[in-house]
Amino acid sequence: MELTSPTEFARETVQSVQDYSVLAARAIAGLFRRPRYFADIVYQADLIGFGSLPIVVLTGLFTGAVLALNSAHTLQRFGSLSLIGQLVSVGMVTELGPVLTGLMVAGRNSSGMASELGSMVVTEQIDAMRALGTDPMKKLVTPRVVSTVFMLFFLTIISDLLGLIGGAVVSTVIFGMDLHQFWSSAWQSLVFQDVFTGLTKPLLFGFIIATVGCYYGLSARGGTQGVGRATTQAVVAASVFILLVDFFATKFLMAIFGYR
Amino acid sequence: MSSPPTPVEEPISRSQGSQSPVIVFEDVSVAFEGRQVLNGISFHLPRGETKAIFGVAGSGKSTILKLAIGLLKPDAGRIYLLGEEITQKPEEELFELRSKVGIVFQESALFDSLTVRENVAFRLMEKHDLSEEEIEARVREALSFVELENTIDMFPSELSGGMRRRVAIARAIITQPEVLLYDSPTGGLDPITSTTIVELIVKQRDVYKTSSLLVTHRLQDAFIMATHYFDRKANKMRPLPPGEHGEVPMSFLILRDGKVILDGDAAELAHSKDEYIREFIS
Repeated sequence: MELTSPTEFARETVQSVQDYSVLAARAIAGLFRRPRYFADIVYQADLIGFGSLPIVVLTGLFTGAVLALNSAHTLQRFGSLSLIGQLVSVGMVTELGPVLTGLMVAGRNSSGMASELGSMVVTEQIDAMRALGTDPMKKLVTPRVVSTVFMLFFLTIISDLLGLIGGAVVSTVIFGMDLHQFWSSAWQSLVFQDVFTGLTKPLLFGFIIATVGCYYGLSARGGTQGVGRATTQAVVAASVFILLVDFFATKFLMAIFGYR
Repeated sequence: MSSPPTPVEEPISRSQGSQSPVIVFEDVSVAFEGRQVLNGISFHLPRGETKAIFGVAGSGKSTILKLAIGLLKPDAGRIYLLGEEITQKPEEELFELRSKVGIVFQESALFDSLTVRENVAFRLMEKHDLSEEEIEARVREALSFVELENTIDMFPSELSGGMRRRVAIARAIITQPEVLLYDSPTGGLDPITSTTIVELIVKQRDVYKTSSLLVTHRLQDAFIMATHYFDRKANKMRPLPPGEHGEVPMSFLILRDGKVILDGDAAELAHSKDEYIREFIS
């Protein structure tokens, strides 16, 4: 493995941050400038949204179920099994639903975007697009960002709902809890702040997934090996960013709402 | 330089009749990862002329094409495209100018997820101002120029290397650009397919009077271009009559160690006393 001097490493890091920021800014700016690629947005929404549905359904369902399973034993010891609905709903809606959906979609789509755009870079298709007078940022990046932000929002809602269904099934079937009691507890414990926090995060995560995937794809160098490297880096970086942003977004929203 | 000797019809007039050069390089230098690729090169491409660029692998031939349309920025010097200085122009302002230029990449660079029809129509579809019928007609016209109408619904992966190169030419010429840039259009192809591509380039030069920069390793291709013209009546390339070589708008540019060592016509190339050039053309 080639050793890099600290100065060179710092220079490359600053350059990467700058390039990523420019890409993110141009992706947003592309929304307000013509031409607008509605057909590409719809195509990407189908690819990202409906394509991710099976993994999101499974993730939500089993996360809610296992959350109920793990919590129930502890709650039973204190005779508070009735609180299981509250625990599952708050846990899923504020944290596990958005984060796990984000991570699953990142694994599936950041890698897909990085490999697709990376392949286009190494086969000069991106240069060809620029030479043909089309801005790849507007044509390729903006539709992916818009579609991912939009679809992740709804995928997260689906994941939250399925998490609650998974929790309800475990609570009623395994622990004999009354279904109505579970839903009442789950529903009544949710406050506006929980829902707002849970639905703000997917907007941030969607932006991260698409911009990171596109950034690594468009930065790919060195043939097929470079594309493979870009794909791996995209998934790792998007996942780490999601976890970091999750912490800071939670802290920020808590400070705004002044609760807990 | 004058037109080919026996043009059957009047050539199609260009949108700008001025004789100003379409591409100008002034003292252009560029380095990649500390390696100086181009070191203060200057040349110009007159309107209607085809200039073949030669040099060993890694001498910066393809870099010149990318610099010419702003895909790369030079470290020093100035570049003019169709009268506009592009050296410091931001990317967003270059898209309009690039729409007047066609480029054929070394490996064709066709969009692999699009059909031949969509590839060739890409530029027209991006303009959003033509009906589907008009686009279809223009695509078929461009594909008939390269004699590949039957591939219209195929994907690039289903085509041979030579066919891909011809589709790339169709994509480049569909808007009848003022300048065409060819990056090794015959590289890696068999002699028959190479001759077909050379004929298309000569046809574009003599029929449409398109100014072109042509990067190639194959000296014989450039000599064919310099010694042949396109007969529109017969719809084929023919050799120039003896003694009329140099009558076609064709010139040569040879690079060595990042510098231009020859910029002239076929006669200047043939009579050069430079040892490197003598070895190059032998």
